[in-house]
Amino acid sequence: MTGRAWPLLKRDLARLLLGGRGGGALLPVLFFLAVAMLYPFAVGPDAPLLARTGGGVIWVAALLAAILPLDRLVEPDIELGMFDQWALRGISEELVIAVRVLAHWLSFGPPLMLASLPAAALLGLDGATLRTVEIGLLAGTPGLAALGVTVAALTAGLRGGAALSGLLVIPMAVPVLIFGAGSLGTGGESGLALTAAASLVLIAIAPFAGGAAVRTARG
Amino acid sequence: MQGAAVSVTDLACRRGDRVLFRGLSLRLKPGEALQVTGSNGIGKSSLLRILAGLAPAYAGSVEIAGAVSLLDERPALDPVLPLGRALGFWQRIDGAADNELARLGLAGLLDVPVRYLSTGQRKRAALARLLGQKARVWLLDEPLNGLDGHAAALAETLAAGHCAAGGIALIASHQAFALPGMRALALADYAA
Repeated sequence: MTGRAWPLLKRDLARLLLGGRGGGALLPVLFFLAVAMLYPFAVGPDAPLLARTGGGVIWVAALLAAILPLDRLVEPDIELGMFDQWALRGISEELVIAVRVLAHWLSFGPPLMLASLPAAALLGLDGATLRTVEIGLLAGTPGLAALGVTVAALTAGLRGGAALSGLLVIPMAVPVLIFGAGSLGTGGESGLALTAAASLVLIAIAPFAGGAAVRTARG
Repeated sequence: MQGAAVSVTDLACRRGDRVLFRGLSLRLKPGEALQVTGSNGIGKSSLLRILAGLAPAYAGSVEIAGAVSLLDERPALDPVLPLGRALGFWQRIDGAADNELARLGLAGLLDVPVRYLSTGQRKRAALARLLGQKARVWLLDEPLNGLDGHAAALAETLAAGHCAAGGIALIASHQAFALPGMRALALADYAA
């Protein structure tokens, strides 16, 4: 099966990470940095306030950045007939979705973790907070990726699917956000563990929920 | 190409709350071809999708021995990629094969992005993808749409070669498709 997963992963990465017309991984990163840059303008140059709330802002910005590529994740391949051709070759929707979760994560998780360095500088976060944010993002963004692909599969083919998927992701991402941002408070190590746990649940569900959604959309 | 077989028993198809056809039975042995004819909306494409396993049968059963390939109006080639790389993706999945690119007139188009290709060129590219899959059962949904006379004749020749090698071809089309020894099935006879 790995022999068939590899071409799928390469194709997904070429589409999601490097981009083409969709902008690839660059657009979510720029969006993320724009939010981190705008926040100090909006609340004013109060350094202690920025340092105290900056970690949470990074989390909200990461969640919103993860929503940007949702409409490119599943629907174009259904319209192109790719899923039909994969099904004919015995490549299950579950495998395709699992590979896509990995590709989606690679195209926004690590770039956002890198972009958190300048974002932390803009918000005046100290080293310890930055470390917790980075570990939290490492634990939480895979779950956001799994959630994004699942919702993209569920809303594929619906009118206004792109806007709807954004609205659906936000409430379901709340556990990851609460635990991830909560880990920044005192005694936050358990928050990191819970972020990772929420992520694992989402990753475990994604291939099956997403695969079933794609089959249903086929009609 | 040995052992390809299609066996359909008492098949019925439903779209929405309408039954399109019922009581359809057919058998195809290696080397046989069948053209499914009928007016628009009678269920030709639905029949092929049921045979491909992409849509559920409302009643009845379908048994197919051998790999199945489907050619429909969607070429399943990435629009932003050059044709050569879009076909290359399927080659990596299907394994190396002769896509007959020169015969299909695609050899000079390999660095053109798929979205700039004309309807007929895209159809020919889809035929190349179909050939690369080396499946024993071909399901062709309106294979001549968009093809010029020369390319249509070529598609007929390719299908004839496929059947001569022991493959099975099922062609859903309202257009004439010249294939020696091909049977015809009028789907209107089974309309519910």
